[in-house]
Amino acid sequence: MHDDDALVKLGGRILEALPGEVASYSVEHGELTVMTGAEGILKALSFLRDDSGCRFKVLMDICGVDYPERALRFDVVYHLLSLQHNQRIRLKLQTSGEVPVPSATQIFPAAGWFEREAWDLYGIPFANHSDLRRILTDYGFEGHPLRKDFPLTGHVELRYDDEQKRVVYDPVSLTQEFRSFDFLSPWEGTVYGATDDGKTEEGS
Amino acid sequence: MASSQIKSYTVNFGPQHPATHGVLRLVMELDGEIVERADPHIGLLHRGTEKLIENKTYLQAIPYFDRLDYVSPLCQEHAFVLAVEKLARIEVPIRAQYIRVLFSEITRILNHLLNVTTQGMDVGAMTPVLWGFEEREKLMEFYERATGARLHANYFRPGGVHQDLPDNLLEDISEFCESFPSFVSKLEGLLTENRIFKQRNVDIGVVSQDQALAWGFSGPMLRGSGIAWDLRKAQPYDVYERMNFDIPIGKNGDCYDRYLLRIEEMLQSIKIINQCIEEMPLGAVITDDRKYSPPLRSEMKQSMEALIHHFKLYTEGFHVPAGETYTAVEAPKGEFAVYLISDGSNRPYRCKIRAPGFAHLQSLDMMTRGHMVADAVAIIGTQDIVFGEIDR
Repeated sequence: MHDDDALVKLGGRILEALPGEVASYSVEHGELTVMTGAEGILKALSFLRDDSGCRFKVLMDICGVDYPERALRFDVVYHLLSLQHNQRIRLKLQTSGEVPVPSATQIFPAAGWFEREAWDLYGIPFANHSDLRRILTDYGFEGHPLRKDFPLTGHVELRYDDEQKRVVYDPVSLTQEFRSFDFLSPWEGTVYGATDDGKTEEGS
Repeated sequence: MASSQIKSYTVNFGPQHPATHGVLRLVMELDGEIVERADPHIGLLHRGTEKLIENKTYLQAIPYFDRLDYVSPLCQEHAFVLAVEKLARIEVPIRAQYIRVLFSEITRILNHLLNVTTQGMDVGAMTPVLWGFEEREKLMEFYERATGARLHANYFRPGGVHQDLPDNLLEDISEFCESFPSFVSKLEGLLTENRIFKQRNVDIGVVSQDQALAWGFSGPMLRGSGIAWDLRKAQPYDVYERMNFDIPIGKNGDCYDRYLLRIEEMLQSIKIINQCIEEMPLGAVITDDRKYSPPLRSEMKQSMEALIHHFKLYTEGFHVPAGETYTAVEAPKGEFAVYLISDGSNRPYRCKIRAPGFAHLQSLDMMTRGHMVADAVAIIGTQDIVFGEIDR
């Protein structure tokens, strides 16, 4: 749909303008991805917003991604849109979750809730965010549910207690053991990547 | 002297209130009847959709998209199947593309009818809702005839749609399209020049162009401020580039402009639907790549290969090549996007859902500041809030 050459050119231009902040760029499926670091993210974002060749004025989305096997386990992914040039860009940075990522709220006010969501669901902290509360989960919720090591069933369940006349939390009790079906089969001789139960093509 | 001792007043609005369009809890600080700060507490409808999708095969993930914004289900399925098609490089037959565009536009009318009429209800007009729901019911019957369900359609598939349209459906839709504009003018007769409706909406919730961009607005919220941006034109998907339609924009960026804009968008949707019906070719409605779409039942009786394909598709599901994509569609409420990361297995590694309402509701504080409490209700209405998509 989009012109890949234009995106490659844009990527090169950004790399040139921000040599310290941008590590690399790639174009795949007609989408431009730029890798940055947490330290340079604010400079990169304000460059992308203000530069005449970029004008990415709309911050569409910020989200986290969890890769538990990596040392820097989280990705923070920013999606920007330029109305003027009709282009999209994706910024990616890696973080350990212990060092806060600078908050983009000063550059894009829209970042506020998206960063709260990333904090809530992944536990990625953001520095200089004025209001980094949980947003989607319950009041008093513990843990960060979208992390890969958080169980699908969660840890607690809600129930109305007739004696206490209020809603109480209980640890989850499953009447049947949680079953995770593994449908991956070795029939076709397909080479599968490691799945979440650690199976490879030989081990199945 | 006395006024300096008056402290602002904190009011808890919702979570159960007919004007909050779902379960929204608003904590508002008031100075008399003037809103000084509005803090929306969301997440009361959080169901962990993204987590669930990570644990399902790609086909099993589709029904979750119906349940996000439950008044515009098919547009959201559209975003997801487009994302999967992009990663797996699946070709979609042309008839299927027309069907998808046709039903996306029916969805848009469904959504705007609900929004426009409940906007009326929020400011005190009861009749539009009753009238609007009658028309919505007709549209949902079209849904039911094509998909088997009035609301949660689960109809789009990577590679096309689940099944072909039944006989006479297109004729009936075409008949509906003929009568609908006169319904719209009757509806407008109730609202557009209504004195009370105008007093409650004109110059309420004004958003400037810069504000709209900075707060990540999209869809009618962005166009209401006068920015002609529509993904169906700017980054067309499926057969939208063949469609002739106009993009209405607002002038003042207030609630009233956004109301007028949604009315006009419904009429433009009718135009697109008519064009789809006229141009729709015959042919397949889903790709014949058996690695992604199931074989015919009759074929399965004869062919071992077909049986294996069926079995594999509905147990293991298909594998999507590793990669990532951010795919957006122009949903009735704005830019609805799916950021899909595949690790090459049969389940999405990450499926971030970018809901337009999330960004819009975030700006409620900015939009209501300095307005009256009653205007906050009109502003929630104009933002077209549905909690299914915001809380996910």
